[in-house]
Amino acid sequence: MHKIVLAFRYFLKRRITHFAVLAVALCVFIVVVVMTVMTGLVGDFKQKNHNFVGDCVVGTESLVGFAYYEEFVNILQEQNDFVQAVSPVIKSYGLLSARGSDQPKGLEVIGIDPVRHNWVTGFGKTLNYHKSDASRAFEPSYDPNLLGCILGIDLALRRDADSKYFFTSSPARAAFSISCFPLTSRGALSRAGTGLVNTKTFYYSDISQSGLARVDSSLVYLPFEQAQELCGMDRSVKRVSAIHIKFKPDVKLQAGCEKVDLLWQKFKQDKADEKQAYLLDTVNVQSWKDYRRSSIAPMENEQTELIVMFGFVGITNVFIVLVVFYMIVSHKSKDIGILKSIGVSNTDILELFSCFAFLVGFLGSCIGELGGWIFLLKINQIEDWLYGRFGFQLWDRTIYAMGDIPNRVSPKVLGVIALSAIIACLAGALLPSWQAAKQKPVETLQVNQFY
Amino acid sequence: MSDNDFILKAEGINKSYRMGATRVMVLKGVDLAVKKGEFVAIIGASGSGKSTLLHILGALDKPDKGTVKFEGRDLSRHSSGELNRFRNKMVGFVFQFYHLLDELSVLENVFLPVMADKSIVGWFGSRRWAKSRAKELLEQFGLSQRTKHKPYQLSGGERQRVAIGRALMNEPRLLLADEPTGNLDSATGNGILEVLEKLNSLGQTIVMVTHDERIAQRAGRIVTLVDGKIEHKSIKDL
Repeated sequence: MHKIVLAFRYFLKRRITHFAVLAVALCVFIVVVVMTVMTGLVGDFKQKNHNFVGDCVVGTESLVGFAYYEEFVNILQEQNDFVQAVSPVIKSYGLLSARGSDQPKGLEVIGIDPVRHNWVTGFGKTLNYHKSDASRAFEPSYDPNLLGCILGIDLALRRDADSKYFFTSSPARAAFSISCFPLTSRGALSRAGTGLVNTKTFYYSDISQSGLARVDSSLVYLPFEQAQELCGMDRSVKRVSAIHIKFKPDVKLQAGCEKVDLLWQKFKQDKADEKQAYLLDTVNVQSWKDYRRSSIAPMENEQTELIVMFGFVGITNVFIVLVVFYMIVSHKSKDIGILKSIGVSNTDILELFSCFAFLVGFLGSCIGELGGWIFLLKINQIEDWLYGRFGFQLWDRTIYAMGDIPNRVSPKVLGVIALSAIIACLAGALLPSWQAAKQKPVETLQVNQFY
Repeated sequence: MSDNDFILKAEGINKSYRMGATRVMVLKGVDLAVKKGEFVAIIGASGSGKSTLLHILGALDKPDKGTVKFEGRDLSRHSSGELNRFRNKMVGFVFQFYHLLDELSVLENVFLPVMADKSIVGWFGSRRWAKSRAKELLEQFGLSQRTKHKPYQLSGGERQRVAIGRALMNEPRLLLADEPTGNLDSATGNGILEVLEKLNSLGQTIVMVTHDERIAQRAGRIVTLVDGKIEHKSIKDL
């Protein structure tokens, strides 16, 4: 009991402890703010990628695509226990030219059935003019009979000085020529010697804002059949680039992908004798995380690097506490002698100073986390004020596809940070506490006496 | 006389310390026996080894050679836990410089030995008794109005009385006082000696270390320590 009482009294009385508490609070504050923002950005980015592709993708990197996809789509749709929706997708590259412009732009062409794709991904929510009815996404409002195309938002619109898009009430009438290189099932140019490209005119019907910068600046959605035709995948044996799948809500991602993979392997075996069975060898079954690994991995790496750097912050914390406790213990050696003279054990002395260190860590964490939480609540207002006053933005919105700075604090993250801070304090106090425990009472109590 | 009559028996105590490259022999074969209820003063010049002897008797230090038996039990055979309990319950120390904890009040300093021995749960069971006993002791020493004061708010004499109160908190069998009046003026020191005499008259066994023969005369028996050895013993009140 004396340990708790003395620990509290030492804590309140020793001013240098307050500096240690401040140091801990500052470190915790920095970690809370940066981790919350970073976790929010990474989480937000991952979510956008997830919304972009659905849960699972059966697809190939080859621009030729793979055949017999309709049969596999039927097999998937029969799996009512874990498959919710399926969307076959054409993916290729092409050139986009606005009518009257002689400057074509290279971009990614994605051919979809808007209704099916909306069931599988967050496609519908990315639209501007057909958000509530994705089935009409390819129908330009000025003439629904025209073939529509959906452009990535950065292809269609520019941002103003405040990094905001200017939306009109309906899409402007604009025609685009989209040209693709149709390939045979063997990967050869199917129109070699006769013009090489397939070109069609599409009319601007909507924009898509996925929140992914690369996607929004270089992607155009086309109706599935049109894209299939443009890419030369509409021959006698039709081909497709990928099948996107959405699992039922209670299905775990890994489990769902494994089931799809089993089905695919069986399907591939069954089709082994077919004419274009060789195309099935290039197909992989991937979860959305693996499929979008190249986009997600850099951010995850940054997050990992940040965590490592915070490890160094933690070490600094440990060192600060070590120094403070060394000073405290050297000043308290008389007290230690007194306690030992009344029968307090070495373990008790160690526990006393550990209790003291715990108080430093606990209070420092509380202050740091409270400060961090309040700062995060106001972070967007602070940034708006800084931008309005000094033109400063933490992230230039003309470059980064993000809205508000993420500021939702996760209780789990707070708990981990607080625990780490307390452990760091205990670690920092361990050596001085152990030395305090080892002190001989006679040495500390002999004042101005020889023997 | 049998061993049972002696509360404390030290035999052949040797103790040395390292001073730089040399080793200094402080105690060179000291024998001392203290009976129950005795008031023994150990007198010697500065550096004669008297405080060292007191610390060894109270298990604050270990001899290089020799044995210390407390109520017939050899202290060297005690585990560290048993020694801690011995210092908490059997022995009370009073130091020259009081050695009170500045962060605790007078009352808390006095009942500290009880608090040190109890867990949180145990403390909640004993705190009423501990506070009552501490108040009783402070009243005995004329400090009932000072219970909430901090040590730095007291005079030297008052602090020493608080230290004596702390030493007596667990009703120890033996009180060890190391120059209890060394830091006090003669009048205040006299007051402390009166306290010790009164305690002894009530049966408390006391061993006191001092360099002042006049203070030693207040004890029942004087033991002189010269160059690490007991030179002669004198018994008062034959």
